[in-house]
Amino acid sequence: MEDCLAKKLEITVSEAEKRTGRNAVNIQETYTAYLIETRAVESQSEGQCAPVESLWRRYSEFELLRNYLSVTYPHIVVPPLPEKRADFVWHKLSADNMDPDFVERRRIGLENFLLRVASHPVLCQDKIFYAFLMQEGGWKEMVNETGFQLKADSRLKALNATFRVKNPDKRFTELKHYSDELQSVISHLLRVRARVADRLYGVYKVHGNYGRVFSEWSAIEKEMGDGLQSAGHHMDVYAASIDDILEEEEHYADQLKEYLFYAEALRAVCRKHELMQYDLEMAAQDLTSKKQQCEELATGTVRTFSLKGMTSKLFGQETPEQREAKIKVLEEQIQEGEEQLKSKNLEGRDFVKSAWADIERFKEQKNHDLKEALISYAVMQISMCKKGIQVWTNAKECFSKM
Amino acid sequence: AASAPKPLPSSGPKSLREMPHPLATSSSEEMGPALTPSPDLLLPRSIADKDLSLPNGTPVDTSSPASSSSLLNRLQLDDDLDVEARDLFVTVDDPKKHVCTMETYITYRVTTKTTRAEFDLPEYSVRRRYQDFDWLRNKLEESQPTHLIPPLPEKFVVKGVVDRFSEEFVETRRKALDKFLKRITDHPVLSFNEHFNVFLTAKDLNAYKKQGMALLSKMGESVKYVTGGYKLRSRPLEFAAIGDYLDTFSLKLGTIDRIAQRIIKEQLEYLVELREYGPVYSTWGGLEVELSEPLEGVSACIGNCCTALEELSEDMTEDFLPVLREYILYAESMKNVLKKRDQVQAEYEAKLEAVALKREDRPKVPTDVEKCQDRVECFNADLKADMERWQNNKRQDFRQLLMGMADKNIQYYEKVCVT
Repeated sequence: MEDCLAKKLEITVSEAEKRTGRNAVNIQETYTAYLIETRAVESQSEGQCAPVESLWRRYSEFELLRNYLSVTYPHIVVPPLPEKRADFVWHKLSADNMDPDFVERRRIGLENFLLRVASHPVLCQDKIFYAFLMQEGGWKEMVNETGFQLKADSRLKALNATFRVKNPDKRFTELKHYSDELQSVISHLLRVRARVADRLYGVYKVHGNYGRVFSEWSAIEKEMGDGLQSAGHHMDVYAASIDDILEEEEHYADQLKEYLFYAEALRAVCRKHELMQYDLEMAAQDLTSKKQQCEELATGTVRTFSLKGMTSKLFGQETPEQREAKIKVLEEQIQEGEEQLKSKNLEGRDFVKSAWADIERFKEQKNHDLKEALISYAVMQISMCKKGIQVWTNAKECFSKM
Repeated sequence: AASAPKPLPSSGPKSLREMPHPLATSSSEEMGPALTPSPDLLLPRSIADKDLSLPNGTPVDTSSPASSSSLLNRLQLDDDLDVEARDLFVTVDDPKKHVCTMETYITYRVTTKTTRAEFDLPEYSVRRRYQDFDWLRNKLEESQPTHLIPPLPEKFVVKGVVDRFSEEFVETRRKALDKFLKRITDHPVLSFNEHFNVFLTAKDLNAYKKQGMALLSKMGESVKYVTGGYKLRSRPLEFAAIGDYLDTFSLKLGTIDRIAQRIIKEQLEYLVELREYGPVYSTWGGLEVELSEPLEGVSACIGNCCTALEELSEDMTEDFLPVLREYILYAESMKNVLKKRDQVQAEYEAKLEAVALKREDRPKVPTDVEKCQDRVECFNADLKADMERWQNNKRQDFRQLLMGMADKNIQYYEKVCVT
């Protein structure tokens, strides 16, 4: 196992706090700040407790960090952030960003993000990341100084490349296809799950009405009274139990959501490959056409129709000296182009190699995590059923004593 | 035989002399005892032309209202009849559809096994349709007006909403009809009713029905209550309490019915969503390599949950809801009986008043007044007795019912666990 930051440093996002302040356009706003605490692990083994260092960050700073990482390491599947706005809500959950439950789940998500980055063999070594954890002041400036925004590819360029690329690596095409499907299936799953949760909530809560009616009914009964009353109590317990059950399920949903967003990260890597490949193809094409031009000029044959050729026919041929000059320029360009092509090729192959290595790592992580998530979901369901059995057995006992 | 009958607050044959005259005391305070005639009007209980029965077990003609209370006294102590002590068994089964030119209808087979002397044969098997049950119930109400007659399942079904010939509907009805007959069978008075006997035994019931209409009604059926708009002076506390209880009871049952229906509705909606949920996991499984097995597994589990849930909802609809409704109907018919009782009491009071006002020294008391007083007594006695047994039975029924519901839920959860 490579040495990664997570082994040396304990990282937690321990608190969240509401703050007000002025934002970039000088407007007063309320936001939530999160407390990041770190503590060195090594010194603990010596019986000493290392001091805890801490600083506050807000969500937008996390976003900045992630953008920086995505641009600087385009061949890495960068871990995603928890959602910016509450999505896939069902009626009891609030869609409000300030809602304490939402903030709590986000806190956990942010901690998870930091831990993922810290356990990544490549990303954990990044200085900006380290500074994010340790250095409160001046971090933003530091990030901006790296000039990473300039390196970022324009969306339009990327889109263009996706459509026009001729020969991308098949594996990447498949991967992109897979990540599209994954995204669609997980979002479908989350939507339906939200509806299922909603309905289940309704079923449980209506049983609470039994509690009230049984209680009222028991008041007019003699022998049946006690049994009814206690059974009613169990119905109330049943109705109340759904709240905890569904809260636990939210964690499962969050785990799925992480991989929903991971699909986007996968796609980003594929897009980068397509862009590079497209660049390569364009450069190769450019080179070929220049070579052709050179050849034409040298031999005087016009292979392809060109406006220049036509105009020169109309307005007279150029002088041999002019032609020589042109050929010279072209030959230089061709030389440059060939070198560029060579380096681009190399870049491309390196990218493919390192990206694919990270993708394999990601695949393993995904399989492992999702398997665990599914298992814990099943465990949750079983415990829910066991609780149900318990409640109804108790109620049955009450009824039998009527 | 009973040494002392259970203390029926209403008339027992020996406590008459101790009863206060209704007009002597202030009519506002009525303790447990029902209204009874003063010692002046008291005659050695010769009502109409029938002999009184004595509590020592002299056989009586049970169609007379006077004697039913004493019979009840006797049987009151046999609270839980042993199965061996029962001598009449009735079942309803084997529904069959009949298609005629005029109509289509369903008949049920009614099987009787008995050792009673009132029956010529030890076994009978006849076919009856709903109409026949309805007729029986009306006859019982007419001939035993002082008793609580068990309810029948609803007569009319809205066509188009419910399929009258669907298996579920027919089965639900069959169960209810079976219960109806069993309740009558268990009743110490009703089970000896001659109409009931004919219902169980006659090959051609229709002929008997027509006969019954034309013939002059017998002793029991002549006790028709003219509802002459008499106002009731005061209702004895216990019956007022029963009335209140029934009101609240049907209210609560109604609420439970609504809740149960709501739950079933919510469960079905939940089911709809679950049905969509499962396959998504399957789709995902198709997308993955290593994860496909666990994902398929989840999908299959959800499918099983769907099936189990469906069964639960079905069971609730078929077993739980009908019983609730039946008891609501029961409560309704009981309230009607209470009303009749009130009427009789009112009539009796009015007549009593009239007699008192006349101040005649006639030694003979108008027979109708006596009849009234007797009716009232019997009414009260029968009602009270019936109520108690009804309560017992109801308790048993509900206990079973709710336990059944709990069981079903348990089964559901167990099934889900297993998957």
